[in-house]
Amino acid sequence: MNDELRAPIAFTIMGILLAIVGFTQSWSVSLSVINLCIISSIMAIGVNLQWGYGGLFNAGVMGFTALGGLTAVLVSHDPIYEAWDKAGVGIVISAIIFVLSITALLFVFRNIENKQIRNTLIILIIVFGLIGINNFYGPSIDIIESINPAKTGFLGGLGLPIIFSWLIAAVVAGLVAWVIGKITLRLRSDYLAIATLGISEIVIAVVKHEDWLSRGVKNVSGLDRPVPYEIELQQSEWFLNLVEIINFSKLEAMQSLSSRQDLLNDLVIDSSGIFVKLCYAGLFFSVLLLIFYLSQLALNSPWGRMLRAIRDNEEAASAMGKNIFAQHLQIFIIGSAIIGIAGAMLTTLDGQFTPGSYRPLRFTFIIWLMVIIGGSGNNLGSIFGGFFIWFIWIEAEPLSIGFMNMLAGGLEYDNPLRMHLLGSAAHLRLFIMGLLLLLALRFMPKGVIPEKIQKK
Amino acid sequence: MENFEFINAMVLLANFVIVPALSYGSQLALATLSLTIIYGVLRFSNFAQADWMSFGTMATILFTWLFQSAGINAGILPTALLALPLAILVTALFCLLIDRSVYSFYRKQKSQPIVLMIVSVGVMFILQAVVRFIIGPNDRKFFDGEKYIVHALDFKNYFGLEEGLTIKSTQLITVIVALVAMISLFYFLQRTKLGKSMRAYSNNEDLALLSGINPEKIVIVTWIISSILITTAGVLYGLDKSFKPFTYFNLLLPMFAAAIVGGIGSPIGAVIGGYVIAFSEITLTYAYKKFFVYLLPESLEPSGLMQVLSTDYKFAISFIILVIVLIVRPTGIVRGKII
Repeated sequence: MNDELRAPIAFTIMGILLAIVGFTQSWSVSLSVINLCIISSIMAIGVNLQWGYGGLFNAGVMGFTALGGLTAVLVSHDPIYEAWDKAGVGIVISAIIFVLSITALLFVFRNIENKQIRNTLIILIIVFGLIGINNFYGPSIDIIESINPAKTGFLGGLGLPIIFSWLIAAVVAGLVAWVIGKITLRLRSDYLAIATLGISEIVIAVVKHEDWLSRGVKNVSGLDRPVPYEIELQQSEWFLNLVEIINFSKLEAMQSLSSRQDLLNDLVIDSSGIFVKLCYAGLFFSVLLLIFYLSQLALNSPWGRMLRAIRDNEEAASAMGKNIFAQHLQIFIIGSAIIGIAGAMLTTLDGQFTPGSYRPLRFTFIIWLMVIIGGSGNNLGSIFGGFFIWFIWIEAEPLSIGFMNMLAGGLEYDNPLRMHLLGSAAHLRLFIMGLLLLLALRFMPKGVIPEKIQKK
Repeated sequence: MENFEFINAMVLLANFVIVPALSYGSQLALATLSLTIIYGVLRFSNFAQADWMSFGTMATILFTWLFQSAGINAGILPTALLALPLAILVTALFCLLIDRSVYSFYRKQKSQPIVLMIVSVGVMFILQAVVRFIIGPNDRKFFDGEKYIVHALDFKNYFGLEEGLTIKSTQLITVIVALVAMISLFYFLQRTKLGKSMRAYSNNEDLALLSGINPEKIVIVTWIISSILITTAGVLYGLDKSFKPFTYFNLLLPMFAAAIVGGIGSPIGAVIGGYVIAFSEITLTYAYKKFFVYLLPESLEPSGLMQVLSTDYKFAISFIILVIVLIVRPTGIVRGKII
């Protein structure tokens, strides 16, 4: 197939698939899928920058997503003044001790040559740091968590509009990426994978168990929304008029006034849901476009060419005087920041932050699948991968149940084998995902929309 | 009574820290060994290894059920030990099937290790699906036979102490089986012709080929050894605690951490790494309050739990040790080299 045609064909097929869902299930479902597709695409672009252009294996996508989600909570939730009044000082002091100990550790590690003195100092700093933090931290979190535990029981956030958190999430994720990158990027490539796998587990452990920060598994719900609420729409004049105008012919066909009013009510409720999802889709799509545009711009610049040169031949690039470590660090930070943005967007869309829902398969390895199947090294490919794989991930469940029903067709209703088959249908989608990845790697290693090799 | 206080404190420590860490460390050491063998010979970090562990354990559980329903048991030992050889056979065959159909293609292409690593992610998905499909995602206990060797109550009564020491039979079985497995592995690698050719192959592939070593044979042997180790590790872990696919998947991080801490590619390093990670996890998450209550005079008794990190942060410990090793000594404790 002509390479130029691949992208339009792929996106047309994707559009048709989503339209089929719209017609057969409902447009509301289709739009929810699209919203998550867009977020997945943004994550995929982030991973693609790291893997496709930098050749870095980030196995901790989940962690950066959760960091984004946490940032969304910390930026948008109203501050809990009572908690700050009673225990804010303790938390701030333990944070200061923590930062001081880390700084002291770094200083000792860098500046003291004598091994014996250095090691003694390091142990002393750790012991005293721990004692100090424990003195302030434990009592403070007990107080915070005891303040209205059913509703808040945490410090709350800054009370800013949630949109801001998207930017701040990028900074937070970028900072964490900087720390990890500093430690692991000088070493062999697998170490980065393992270290990121570890950091993502730690991030999840922190958001799950530090109730004073994120309410842990009690979740934070009812987050601020950047778009109008359905109920407000249903009561506003302009929206009613809009629905009436769009569905004019349908309403005209109604005979009696009361049935016309009933239909109008139904239509308003349906359309308010769709309208909200459209608003989200519009917002997300503009972010996707912006990120896509910026990444394309960056990758076609001399900087992007240098990255590809490093990826394709590290020794040669190094011989040309390029600092490989610094470039890897840059791209790792940028990619992670993008994933952080997507994480904040995801929490915004859900309207709640649920630390228990972060699973490595769903948030790390599926994203990898998107990048590889879409075409590593091609941002358009990542967008397609994001849409396509998310679509499969969602639709695989009804399909597997259908498939199992077919397998179990001849069996009686309460046959144990039939029950087992139907009960395990959900796991079939893991199988589909694995198979897709293996098939793609084997038969289409460059992905659906391959990287363009530019020759001048 | 001063002395008794001290003995009580030591028994407490043995009961809650040393014995559990020793058995968890042995399980982790076996699992890490299999990861290291794959890494050393086939040269990639196998992300599917934790799921091979689930697969092997699942096979063992199925055979255990079969034996139990046929009325076969091993007396005071768990039936799972009888099922283990059969399960290893099944796991090894499935490993070889996956190798033929998936990995061998990339080996012939001489793909980069990172490509094989991504391929192993695909295998990981498939294995998770298979395990969950066959046995389900829930917690399963498959231990039978005599549960305790030393029971806390008996121990207390016998020695007249306040603290009891419990040694579960699974803990003793774990340590013995792990020791036997490790000694035979090292004997195999150091003394037999096949083991030596494996080491040669892992050290320098081209040179090994020139001296007439058949690479396909080495690959097959590697997968078989890896299946033996990982299935044994999984079964011991499951007997000691319980079997749950997601918990097993989460062992991937401690396994990798142990491999790197010990020195990636070195079998002795893998064993050391396994114990280091296990001991640090347990010593750092244990609440020492009672321990100090015994040791210190009343006026100095600690008020807090005296716990360095809460048990929620077990992962963090493997990770922190990993990071420290990466900063201070990136080659690992035993200078990492190919096996």
